[in-house]
Amino acid sequence: MNISLNIPSAAAMTSTASNGKYAVETNNLSIYYGKFRAVKEVSMKIERQKITALIGPSGCGKSTVLRAFNRMNDLIPISHSEGEVLFHGQNINSPDVDPVQVRRHIGMVFQKPNPFPKSIYENIAWGARINGFKGGKGDMDVLVEESLVGAALWDEVKDKLQQSGLGLSGGQQQRLCIARAIAVKPDIILMDEPCSALDPIATLRIEELMRELIQNYTIIIVTHNMQQAARVSDYTGFFTIDENRAGFLMEFGSTNHIFTNPNEKVTEDYITGRFG
Amino acid sequence: MNASEPSNPPPNEAVNIMKDNLPARHAVGKVWNVVFLLSTVFGIVILLILLGDISNKAFGYVAIEAKVQPTTLTASGTPLEQLSKDQMIVILEENLSKNRVKTLIKEEPLEERSKDDLLSIVVAEVVKPKVKKSWPLSESLFNKEAVLAEAAKTYPKAYVEFRNWLSRDFISSPQSSDALYAGVRTAILGSLDVIFLTILFAFPIGIGASIYLQEYAHDNWINRIIQTNINNLAGVPSIIYGMLGLTIFVRVIASLTSGYMFGYPNSDPNNGRTILSAGLTMALLVLPVIIINAQEAIKAVPNSLREASYGIGATKWQTVWSHVLPNSIPGILTGTILSVSRAFGETAPLVIVGAATYITFDPNSIFSKFTTLPIQVYQWTSRPQDEFRNIAAAAILVLLIVLLALNTIAILLRNRYSRRLP
Repeated sequence: MNISLNIPSAAAMTSTASNGKYAVETNNLSIYYGKFRAVKEVSMKIERQKITALIGPSGCGKSTVLRAFNRMNDLIPISHSEGEVLFHGQNINSPDVDPVQVRRHIGMVFQKPNPFPKSIYENIAWGARINGFKGGKGDMDVLVEESLVGAALWDEVKDKLQQSGLGLSGGQQQRLCIARAIAVKPDIILMDEPCSALDPIATLRIEELMRELIQNYTIIIVTHNMQQAARVSDYTGFFTIDENRAGFLMEFGSTNHIFTNPNEKVTEDYITGRFG
Repeated sequence: MNASEPSNPPPNEAVNIMKDNLPARHAVGKVWNVVFLLSTVFGIVILLILLGDISNKAFGYVAIEAKVQPTTLTASGTPLEQLSKDQMIVILEENLSKNRVKTLIKEEPLEERSKDDLLSIVVAEVVKPKVKKSWPLSESLFNKEAVLAEAAKTYPKAYVEFRNWLSRDFISSPQSSDALYAGVRTAILGSLDVIFLTILFAFPIGIGASIYLQEYAHDNWINRIIQTNINNLAGVPSIIYGMLGLTIFVRVIASLTSGYMFGYPNSDPNNGRTILSAGLTMALLVLPVIIINAQEAIKAVPNSLREASYGIGATKWQTVWSHVLPNSIPGILTGTILSVSRAFGETAPLVIVGAATYITFDPNSIFSKFTTLPIQVYQWTSRPQDEFRNIAAAAILVLLIVLLALNTIAILLRNRYSRRLP
């Protein structure tokens, strides 16, 4: 790639606020599957080091929007998008931006825990290595420990780092996936219903972890769980679908505002459980 | 289950809209269970019959008549095994033509030869035993008296022995025009060489093509046509591949496949009937099957694994190399093992490409002329003499054993390197 994203190092990013208030913005983002417009004209600004929740009924395109933030939709051949996703002032959808570079800076945690069928250690180390990690074995050990500590998993796995990541429980696997994501020091972590496959206790642990992670990272989470959005997020975007089954952003604001005093009647109906 | 048993809840007449058909449903299940069992039993029985039939021919009594009775060769009538080297040299010089003796001396002076060597020459060239009749294993075991009586009556001059056609000599001897001395060493080596080349060419190309089609190719009409063609090629009769191999490898690029281009001694630039041509032809034959199997294995790798890899900034190649391939390799290997096993037993394309049917020297390079086990079996079964049927059966057993050994190694390797999927 010739034109690189103009991204300062992660250390510089967290120490200075001069990069602006927003981690990522969308401008009139529309996403198509073939001819079908799944998402229309979404414009929102995601604040740095906050948790932003995207909620809405099934099929409203919130996951599609989430996957647009790190160009995961590129993996679906028939999809394309219009509008802008601005990351550090650059539109990541522009043709001269390499999606691989985008994904290295905007990590992702998926609905179903998907650790690699490798050892716990390798699950963390692989991402760093393929991204050109320069340190030696000792540095890698430190990075693995840091990442696992950061994902609140270290104490549970420190004695079995060489065992398979698939041997862990569902909640531990999901935290391993979070550790894997933060090992490459991204700016933003996208979470696509990260707790939907977990029991309430594991869910609570992940939610606590998210509150800790925003000291260093910006988190965007898609969730079907109203309580989770209310408990964990700082901002909430409510999506719904129009008469053409295209999803759009109905309302965006602080979580407190959306949950207690939404501007739109539809939002209120959805949140109080009268529809959706 | 019986509905009237007290353990069953009493049927609620108001709610019960289902028929009481549980016994009938279990009965249907049992019928199918038996059908599946019978299918398995059928397969096993057929396999046992096949093995029994082959073994029946590979072992059993033979009546062997010698042209010259060994005991008449010396005045004292001592058995051949107890003769000294000097005595055997005398026998050879008395009974063989002068030219033959000269040739033998030219190869290696008689005095310098070992006793066993001399003995085998005496047996083969002076005594000249000949199989008059061979009996199958079943008769030899269960009807021994009748066999011996018939032999004594019909071939009074012959001696009768129980012969194991699948002997160590059979495996270690080269081809011979006499069934008693014929062996499969050249054929085993030829088969192994050809199959080694087949794997060498077909495996990397097959995996490469399947990765491209599965991970890189876009879903457009050109690729769909390619895909359909590969599926069709997997069903093309093997003899067609033989003709393709004859045209391309044996004729068109003969100077390469004959080794002439590389200065291989005694090579004919217009005749590419070599192991290299056979290996390439077999590679073409198994390629579509390997590609299709590998594609299926790659398809079975869950997408969540690819997404996980892309999600932390891996490139496509890193994803394929570190996740898709390691997790699909057991499936790819299974497909390869199956198709290579088929190729190992293929005869038709090699007949066309020109495997030599009578060859007594070991293949020593990829530019050698060759024969293979199935070719040898085919050749021997078409001979009219009884004893060739016996060595054909023994050769089939060798083929099965070699195949079993190769597959065992391949499966052990596969299991060693396979990993558990999420």
